[in-house]
Amino acid sequence: MSATIEVRDLRTHFFTRAGVVKAVDDVSFSVSRGQVLGLVGESGSGKTVTGFSIIGLVDPPGRIAGGSIWYQGKDLAHLSEREMRSLRGNRIAMIFQDPMMTLNPVLRIDTQMIETVLAHSKVSRDEASRRSRDALGMVGIPSPDERLRAYPHQFSGGMRQRVAIAIALLHNPDLLIADEPTTALDVTIQAQILAEVQRLAIEHGTALIWITHDLSVIAGLADQIAVMYAGRVVESGDAAAILDRPLHPYTHGLIGSVPSRNKRGEKLRQIPGMTPNLLSLPPGCAFRMRCARADAACEIEPPAAPHDDGRELRCFHPMDQAA
Amino acid sequence: MSEPIIELRGVSKRFGPSYDAAARLTRAIAGRLGAPPRNETVRAVDTVSLSIQRGEVVGLVGESGCGKSTIGRMVAGIMPPTEGQILFKGHDIATLSGRDGKSAKLKVQMIFQDPYASLNPRLRVADIVGEAPLTHGLVSRANFDSYLDAQLHRAGLDPSFKRRYPHQFSGGQRQRIGIARALAVQPEFLVCDEAVAALDVSIQAQILNLFMDLRRELDLTYLFISHDLGVVEHLSDRVLIMYLGRIVESARTEEIFNHANHPYTRALLAEVPRIDSRKHRFTAITGEIPSPLNPPAGCHFHPRCPHAMPRCAAEAPTMREIAPGHHSACHLNEVAA
Repeated sequence: MSATIEVRDLRTHFFTRAGVVKAVDDVSFSVSRGQVLGLVGESGSGKTVTGFSIIGLVDPPGRIAGGSIWYQGKDLAHLSEREMRSLRGNRIAMIFQDPMMTLNPVLRIDTQMIETVLAHSKVSRDEASRRSRDALGMVGIPSPDERLRAYPHQFSGGMRQRVAIAIALLHNPDLLIADEPTTALDVTIQAQILAEVQRLAIEHGTALIWITHDLSVIAGLADQIAVMYAGRVVESGDAAAILDRPLHPYTHGLIGSVPSRNKRGEKLRQIPGMTPNLLSLPPGCAFRMRCARADAACEIEPPAAPHDDGRELRCFHPMDQAA
Repeated sequence: MSEPIIELRGVSKRFGPSYDAAARLTRAIAGRLGAPPRNETVRAVDTVSLSIQRGEVVGLVGESGCGKSTIGRMVAGIMPPTEGQILFKGHDIATLSGRDGKSAKLKVQMIFQDPYASLNPRLRVADIVGEAPLTHGLVSRANFDSYLDAQLHRAGLDPSFKRRYPHQFSGGQRQRIGIARALAVQPEFLVCDEAVAALDVSIQAQILNLFMDLRRELDLTYLFISHDLGVVEHLSDRVLIMYLGRIVESARTEEIFNHANHPYTRALLAEVPRIDSRKHRFTAITGEIPSPLNPPAGCHFHPRCPHAMPRCAAEAPTMREIAPGHHSACHLNEVAA
């Protein structure tokens, strides 16, 4: 089965006055139909910029400086804005952390949804309105006919996120990029959203890229995981394999510092130091300053190399070797 | 049992609009004309009683809008309760005045969620941390520098940073500044309101470890407010579960996580994403969290509860001890008994 989307050696750099910020540096992954990729990283690791690069929303001073993003034989990295517009919101959709950011506060929900339908389909207004209502019903919004006539502020946070998801799904996209869509939501509401999105991925075969810092959410959702650190994917592969047996010291540290992985009341295993400034990255492995296994070899950037069980790893001293 | 360090007795907090003369007049006329007055009062906290022993870490868990932060703020003395009493070491903090009141307030300090909004951007770290102990005479001018260095060092900050401003620090370091500021007045009780929620996972672990070290070192008592059950489970001795202004369950941490009683607690625990889980189909309790402006009658949870019976809609359940030290407010426990 060919991949819905294949990102190869993607580099998205920001050319600022203070210097070049390599927010995404040599990132590769692919997602197949109906599959969920968990793109995991801490703030500033480049996970959101990766999502923005795919959907063509990187603003200056940033631009895609290299690599390719293959979708149905087309390289999205080199698509004209007009062609990108016909895909964006149609075949490729994105949902964001803050649904208030994606919804226009002064327009009714129906206005915003009908506009989205008409942007990509030649249908009547009535048909567009009907599709919008069905989409709201599908994401579990009660009495969709009435809710269509409401404004965003009349919805709760969870309901607003559902509206954003309904809009993203209006055209049954092939790829949905979800950037921390449940981080601002409560646990019970988060579970509802996860259930909806998962059902849609299974029923419509949508490929899903789920961007998050929360490994616990990913554990229950993803088929594949890509862990990002300082703009690079340091470990990627099968979700269960990585969670059971992380090989990169960073992944290992990240999983180890989750409270439920530690014995109650005992000290959490922590990663020393803090996330590096992308403007002044040390040469070599970006994680070596915080890594207990680092040595002189790590002063050269480790290449992404395939490992035994099909995963890819950027490390000279993975956890399955003696330190 | 020893005397609790903090005790809440029937504490309520209501937020409502204050009516000026014109608004009062319109409401009176509307009332005469037979229009029912609109309820604009939020019962953020509804007759909550709890006590916290010295040295305990109590986790307060609930979803947004359940009133957990309001309790934290009242305990920290930032906000007075509308009804009820808050006792610090057996004295009602509202009736303490002068020197006693001041020292009682200093003994309870708070650490906030947002390390960006809770530090004055125009003050240097030395002033943020040092102002309160100097003002309250906890340290003399002569010893100020060494005192300040010790405070910063204890929170894991390099004292040479003290001339810097908050914007020169990362989120985790800012949270350490907030911790140093709270500890600089030598408190005995810390209210941590979502103190690690805004931090990255690897930084969160560092701050949680710091909290645990400080507890041992300074014999601190914590009220740890969080929506993150994983964090609360790791840190707390006892857990209180809140839903829409009321505490619905309270027990020792192992008891809550192994034998949750209240249907809300069970639903909450079932839906916490766990790193030990693997790909599975998610299911969810249906329904929204109701508005605290207009909470459901009886048990607030009954519209979402799978076990609701007619009685739940009519009568609010009271907290009952269902096992030693384990309290729950659910009518089901009386049916079973």
